[in-house]
Amino acid sequence: MTFRKYLVLAGITLFGTAGDSLLARGMKDLGNVSLHRLSGLLLAIANPWVASGILLLLGFFSCYMSALSWADLTYVLPATSLGYVLVAFIARFSFHEVISPTRWLGIALIAAGVGFVTAGPSLTSARQRGTSREIVGEAVSHEAKS
Amino acid sequence: MNELYAWAAIGVITLASTTGDVLLSYSMKQVGDVGELWRQRGALAVVGRALTTPTFALGLIAMGVAFYSLLFGLSWGNLSLVVPAAASLTFVANALAARVFLHERVGHRRWMAALLVAAGVALMAI
Repeated sequence: MTFRKYLVLAGITLFGTAGDSLLARGMKDLGNVSLHRLSGLLLAIANPWVASGILLLLGFFSCYMSALSWADLTYVLPATSLGYVLVAFIARFSFHEVISPTRWLGIALIAAGVGFVTAGPSLTSARQRGTSREIVGEAVSHEAKS
Repeated sequence: MNELYAWAAIGVITLASTTGDVLLSYSMKQVGDVGELWRQRGALAVVGRALTTPTFALGLIAMGVAFYSLLFGLSWGNLSLVVPAAASLTFVANALAARVFLHERVGHRRWMAALLVAAGVALMAI
C-alpha cells in the first residue's frame, strides 16, 4: 500500500459521503418523486445540488473502481466505511445535533472495523488464492508487496 | 404487510448490490492495476478496457437493480430501517460472496472488520 493508494481510499470515503449528502439535499427541494411521474427524476438533474452530487458520485465511482483493481473487495468495503462516522461528526459539530450513546457505540465499532482491516494485507495473492479454501480463518500478517 | 414488503426489498437490495460488487471487483481484477495502466497507456485505455469487460456491464446492471429496489423499498419502509439494514447486511453478504466467488482470503481479521462495521452501521440507525 502506497500513500497514493491511501489517497484513493480517502477519495472513496469523501466523494461518496459528500455526493450522497448533496443528492439528499437536492431531493428535499424536489419533494416526493412518484413512480407514475418518473420524468421528475430527469428534471432532478437541473437542480444544482443534485448535479454537483452526481458529479461527486462519479468521482466516487472512479476511485472505487481504481481501488478494486488493486485491492480485495473485502478490504475496500470495510476500509472505506468511515463515511458513516464522518456524517455523524458533521451532524454533531456543524449542525450541533445530539448523538446518542448507541450511535457513539456504532461509531466506535465502525472505527475498530476500519482499523482491523487496514492493518492487514490489501490483496490476496494468486498463490494464496489457490489455497485459500484450505487456510481460511488464519489471520494473515504479512503484506502483499505492492 | 408493508413491513414484509420492506424486508423483501432489503433482501433484494442486499442480493443485487452484493452481486454488483462481486462482478465489478472481478472485472477490475481483469482490467489490472488502473494506476499503472493509466501511466503507460493513458486514461482512455483504462475506460476502454473496463467498458469492454463483459462482467463490468453486468455489474453495473446489478447496481442499477439495487438502486431501483432501494427506491421501491423506501416507498414501503422507513428510511431509517431500509438504508442501514441493507447496508449492514451487504457488508456480511459481501464477505461471504468474496470468499466463495472471488476466492479472497477472508481470515479472522477481515471477518471481524466486516462484522464490526455491519454492527456499527446497524447501531448508528437506532
